[in-house]
Amino acid sequence: MSDFFGGIAQAARLILTLDPDLAEITLLSLRVSLMATLIASLIGLPLGAWLAINRFPARRTVIALLNGLMGLPPVVVGLFVYVLLSRSGPLGVLGLLFTPTAMVIAQVIIITPIIASIAHQAIRELWADYHDLLISLGATRRQRLITLIVDGQRPMLTASLAGFGRGIGEVGAIMIVGGNIDHATRVLTTAISLETGKGDFEMALALGLILITLAISVNLVLHTLNRTERGSRW
Amino acid sequence: MNLLKSIVMGAATALFAVAAHAEDMKMSVTTSFANSGLADVLLPEIKADTGINVQLLIVGTGQALKLGAAGDVDAVLVHSRPAEEKWLTAGNGTHRREIMYNDFIFVGPSDDPAKAGAAEKATGALQAIEAAKAPFVSRGDDSGTHKMEKRLWTAAGIAPEGDWYRAVGQGMGAALNTASGMNAYIMSDRASWLKFANKGDLKLVFEGDPILFNQYAYMPVNPEKHPHVKHDLAEKLEAWLVSDKAKALINGYTLNGETLFTFNAKTE
Repeated sequence: MSDFFGGIAQAARLILTLDPDLAEITLLSLRVSLMATLIASLIGLPLGAWLAINRFPARRTVIALLNGLMGLPPVVVGLFVYVLLSRSGPLGVLGLLFTPTAMVIAQVIIITPIIASIAHQAIRELWADYHDLLISLGATRRQRLITLIVDGQRPMLTASLAGFGRGIGEVGAIMIVGGNIDHATRVLTTAISLETGKGDFEMALALGLILITLAISVNLVLHTLNRTERGSRW
Repeated sequence: MNLLKSIVMGAATALFAVAAHAEDMKMSVTTSFANSGLADVLLPEIKADTGINVQLLIVGTGQALKLGAAGDVDAVLVHSRPAEEKWLTAGNGTHRREIMYNDFIFVGPSDDPAKAGAAEKATGALQAIEAAKAPFVSRGDDSGTHKMEKRLWTAAGIAPEGDWYRAVGQGMGAALNTASGMNAYIMSDRASWLKFANKGDLKLVFEGDPILFNQYAYMPVNPEKHPHVKHDLAEKLEAWLVSDKAKALINGYTLNGETLFTFNAKTE
């Protein structure tokens, strides 16, 4: 247990002294995962909504595929992106390997299916409620989609946050495509992995506590901004 | 005021560290080099003297060579001579330059149940461990350390297998954590062991056999195979690594009062 309490003390010390290395890796963690969440949401939310209200032959297959991809092993995604971006790979000329951009690409692949699947599930239920109303009002497809997206804001936010949660805590993929380079691509999760390897469990736990605090804070901020659980708009 | 300053500095570093890459070069190195702490001493000096910001990819020798062969790094610093020579023969690098060496040690339970510490030679220590069927953790990850371990088993005339032989397929630190948890024997480089913070009941049981000598070599990636590599920076870095300044820093680096690395680069 001494490692555990040492970890808490260490976390407090790092935060109170505003350790510049900690600030750097924390900001990079946020930057990479927020960017990945933004891109994945721009793809995943409309995709989920579109799948919920449209009927086409391969629909079941696409939905099953999307749900299955939620469990993509990050290390395999990492390897896939590595092979693509390696200098010896098809996109090697871009020189993106071992950069934060590569890390964003890997995370987008991992979290888009999660966001799309959760959004699909939520919009499908909303659509069941709104279906008759929207049809009787003679709303066009476009209008239906917009109505559902606007009224489905909160489940959409939940979908995005689920994606963000997966991204910020992910280590397998970004370790491979980012390389955990000090002052370039080191983020909280890869730093935790490094400290564990050194046997410095106190530091690893401290970084872990900071990571969890960060994830919760981002959730709180976004929920507050969206005024969930407030007054009449619960 | 200081508080404010550190916030601003911290934020500024975080925002601009990635943007400034005028003189960045990438080098894949073995875990032992980075985990020993020597990298933290050398890198700032390299930056100050040459203006090169060396970005380290800390992996096993197998992966380090693979990254070099793919052209994803500009140079490699590893320790497994047969693998290095094979890599050079395949045209992946320009040449091999020996820089320094450290040594491997055997670590095991403090009461040394297999009596490995009583052996004269490293091979004898392995034979004692095998005879006692004492748990032994192997890196099993094709790293330089793992290759060395396999060569030693062969030299000892043993093909290690069975319940007592556990290949974890991970880096030095993770393997040491496993050994610590199982109270098992393990071969480690001295630097990683000294820096390792989770020793548990483990202690150093065998050291000193010259066969455990561990030579580090620096190899720039071949610019003819990969025209994009920063070969000029790789050469500049090599000149620094074999300089008198590097010699003093490497020989002078100690941990708990023990010298870890011995500089042995020859001037050309």
